[in-house]
Amino acid sequence: MTTPQGVEGVEGVEGVEGLLRELAPQVLGALMRRYGQFGDCEDAVQEALLAAALQWPEEGLPANPRGWLITVASRRLTDELRGDSARRQREARAAALLPPEALHALSPDEDRSSDEDDTLTLLFLCCHPALSPASQVALTLRAVGGLTTAQIARAFLVPEATMAQRISRAKGSIKSAGARFSMPPEEERAERLRVVLHVLYLIFNEGYTASSGPDLQRADLTTEAIRLARDIHRLLPDDGEVAGLLALMLLTDARRPARTLPDGNLIPLAEQDRRRWIQDLIREGVALVTATLSRAPIGPYQVQAAIAAIHDEASRAEETDWPQIVVLYELLAGISPNPMVTLNQAVAVAMVDGPEAGLDLLATLDADERMADNHRLEAVRAHLLEMAGDPAAARASYRTAARRTTSLPEQRYLEARAARLVEAGQTRSKAIATEPPPPRQRVARP
Amino acid sequence: MKYVVLIYSNPSTWETMPAAERDRVMGIHNRLIRELTESGELLRVDGLAHPTATKSVRLRDGAPVVTDGPFSEAKEQLAGVWALDVDSIERAIEVSAPVAEYDTVEIRQLMDLSGLEM
Repeated sequence: MTTPQGVEGVEGVEGVEGLLRELAPQVLGALMRRYGQFGDCEDAVQEALLAAALQWPEEGLPANPRGWLITVASRRLTDELRGDSARRQREARAAALLPPEALHALSPDEDRSSDEDDTLTLLFLCCHPALSPASQVALTLRAVGGLTTAQIARAFLVPEATMAQRISRAKGSIKSAGARFSMPPEEERAERLRVVLHVLYLIFNEGYTASSGPDLQRADLTTEAIRLARDIHRLLPDDGEVAGLLALMLLTDARRPARTLPDGNLIPLAEQDRRRWIQDLIREGVALVTATLSRAPIGPYQVQAAIAAIHDEASRAEETDWPQIVVLYELLAGISPNPMVTLNQAVAVAMVDGPEAGLDLLATLDADERMADNHRLEAVRAHLLEMAGDPAAARASYRTAARRTTSLPEQRYLEARAARLVEAGQTRSKAIATEPPPPRQRVARP
Repeated sequence: MKYVVLIYSNPSTWETMPAAERDRVMGIHNRLIRELTESGELLRVDGLAHPTATKSVRLRDGAPVVTDGPFSEAKEQLAGVWALDVDSIERAIEVSAPVAEYDTVEIRQLMDLSGLEM
């Protein structure tokens, strides 16, 4: 029996869309094994998905949705190869009129266990090293995620024609790189998997950083990244970094309801209403990262997940186990040294050993070319200077950071912090000089 | 990263340019637009009407006050706007440079509505 799980419960446009996204890589995999031409197969599957998205909510699900899609996509593909558009239109109409039993009978008797291998093989293909990260992301969302070009274009705020061009070009690059529909050789697999995980991480971040207004559609991308990470985790349950990335996504996404105001303004971690964090996601993420840290070789996603778990487990910002976070950042800096790690490490060090210790660590980044003009370096410096009781210097750093960022919500936040220091300074100058120093500000994680 | 490329041009340069040279330069523009479209890096491209058609609007006491111009003393006027989505500022410079043979090109990054809490 080839009926996918959960079909009985599928109703309405959203239910159909979810089912189609789940079936997309299976259908594409089945076509690829039979016809082997990625670009053409992928186009045919997209056409079949679009046809299903129009027909199924109106006419109800076919008895075998997967078989229906494979049949319709195969016909489109063979018609496309023959260039017979008249016949194609005739058959599309005929397919819509066929009774479900007929489609069931026509459906290829594929081995279901190969579907899961197909998903992984497709991910490796879409995240081929011949492609730029932006192309890997677009192709993964379409071929594995089952999103339409229009949906991907909306999520990345570009015209649909532009996104269509990128996808078509990416397919061309895969073809000219001679990539095949097969798992990469054993010796390349670890490195190729690293690229796949990075692509999912990029997709997640695109969605997570979306704040409000016209940007909100992008939030869908976090759901999509988590769904794909779950798929890979199910296929490779023993891979620590796959589990680590999934845990990191869950533990980060758990804070989403508390990270922005309705107007899109950002709320720093230390000031978020932690009662709004999603406890189910936190529990799942903590369980995942705990289990994997105890048995798999350590890697950067696992350590980042462990840090996120410590933040998420503190019911108040004051209860955060900063000494433990410092230890984890030292570990992370050891296995994956980069300036962004040092930046976060400086915040943790400041929380444990005081702002001056954090500022000293930040100073080691001043000569780093990768951080020249980086707004986050100045933003963290500003927070630490504020914490150290130097409002004038903090204000200057906030303003520098505000000029450097290309994010409107970040700019609003940084300008507000600078303005608050100006007001506080003016109020204090009018007050009597014996006023006690302001309480130390809690610093947020950058 | 998204950028707008602002192309500033001196209308008299173009009015006095020999036809063959004008065709050559326009050929470069068209080739760039075609290449950027094919690479999926061009979001849109617009040419601006002659500066003499400029209107300035100011809201005064709740009502718009419209005047013709300004007809700037500046020799170079904004003549075209491209919107690009490219990997880096270096790439934006690389693809805009061929347009800057007679014109001046200004590259400005667009702000993003996304952001990360700090």
